[in-house]
Amino acid sequence: MKTTLALAHLVILEMVRRKDVYVLFVLTTLLTLVAAAANIFDDTRVVRYLKEVSLTLIWISGFVLAVTSAARQIPAERESRTLFTLLAKPVSRWQFIAGKFLGCWLACGLALVVFYAFFGAVAASRERGLDVLGWFQAISMHWFMLTVPVALALAGSLLWAAPSSNSTLTLLACFGIWLLGRHLHKVAVGLPEPGATLLTLVYFTIPHLELFDIRDLIIHRWPPVPWLFWLGAMLYAAAYAGMILTGAWLLFRRRPLN
Amino acid sequence: MTEVISLDRLQVTYHSPDSREPKIAVDDLTLGVRQGEVFGFLGPNGAGKTSTMNVLLGFTHAAGGSASIFGVDVRQPIARRRIGYLPEMTYYYKFLTAEELLRTYARIFGLAASETTARIDELLALVELGHARKRLIGTYSKGMQQRLGLAQALLNRPDLLILDEPTSGLDPLGRMKVREIILRLKAAGKTVFFSSHELGEVESVCDRVAILHHGQLRALGSVADIAQTDAGSLEKAFLRIIGWANAPQPNAPAV
Repeated sequence: MKTTLALAHLVILEMVRRKDVYVLFVLTTLLTLVAAAANIFDDTRVVRYLKEVSLTLIWISGFVLAVTSAARQIPAERESRTLFTLLAKPVSRWQFIAGKFLGCWLACGLALVVFYAFFGAVAASRERGLDVLGWFQAISMHWFMLTVPVALALAGSLLWAAPSSNSTLTLLACFGIWLLGRHLHKVAVGLPEPGATLLTLVYFTIPHLELFDIRDLIIHRWPPVPWLFWLGAMLYAAAYAGMILTGAWLLFRRRPLN
Repeated sequence: MTEVISLDRLQVTYHSPDSREPKIAVDDLTLGVRQGEVFGFLGPNGAGKTSTMNVLLGFTHAAGGSASIFGVDVRQPIARRRIGYLPEMTYYYKFLTAEELLRTYARIFGLAASETTARIDELLALVELGHARKRLIGTYSKGMQQRLGLAQALLNRPDLLILDEPTSGLDPLGRMKVREIILRLKAAGKTVFFSSHELGEVESVCDRVAILHHGQLRALGSVADIAQTDAGSLEKAFLRIIGWANAPQPNAPAV
């Protein structure tokens, strides 16, 4: 575990020193401030709408950060050949994958906390109070959801050498699932065979990222989701990330490094 | 004497883009490196030295035969616990300082936090980088990076040091320093396995050498034994063994 944590620490240090997070934060901050400024009109519908826009931006930023940071990890290690010095030490390929995953995921978590904290502070100042439990659930489910894009991008980097191709494909897959995933089985009903069966199969195979999207809780100030559902969602994300990472390890396990 | 590195009928192949058949990089290589010796691994470019090292370090897997370090199959990461490795070129995280890099590697080796700081101080003093310990590696000169490479290779007090062209890119002073460190390690009973094109350097530090050509072992023995038939010159012996001495010599350009 020490090795995995050491590698994760390395990833976080790199991300902090690369400044990508800051660019995303500045962009999200600007748009959140615009949203906050709208409150001066005292139109709750507009404020609600702009809250939705801000949270959607945080979700998009989360996806972009998770995928782009994870997609470049292994190619960058190979290109700079730091991978060789690292793997000449008692580091197994599984520990390498796990360390990269953990580092990216923790770094995304830190970024989410900053994003939500800022947005939360602005929202609390406008609405006089904050539903702490709802916010906690929204952040934690969002963070756990990101295990899937991070794992997908890491696995993808073993299939596509160019980080840009990998990032594009993984982002397309993630946004596709997030926005359309819940409708696939409904579309399948109207399709002829074998399309209907295939699409139903896809529906039951893909990780349903939309399950983690509980932005409405914050937007409409609804009560928190049942804790059993929250726990189930965490386990669901962990199971999918575990499966994808196992696949990545199988790809990487015996791959010659020259 | 105990064998630290043991290669038994090792075969390494690779896939070339211009051929469907795998090409042989190392063919039926059997050799043992004994504890406490400085072993030179020689051969012209493309002889199979790097492929052999890649197997020893777990970067590639053997197509046939076996390789072990301290009796442990090289495919097990634990086999690399007592190894220090210095690559030919320096490959370190440019966003870290020397101290952070060494601290990260120390955590990987499981060094205690109290021991780590003292060890880092000791190593940075040894390679004369104490003054630059807080600077980002990205700002280091090539020589400084090579010296840092040596420091990270010695971090875990390795019993076996694998050095790939350790003096390439170093100035004469740097080369002397590396030679001095190799001899110091030998005196401490450590095993050093290194590849080099600098035959003079090999002669001055190695107990035994192996010469590889076209993936096959062409000579194995002490420097004196190999050089014996060529008036004591390792360079002449090397050229004869790889078949260059018998080849038609190019005409020297007119001056």
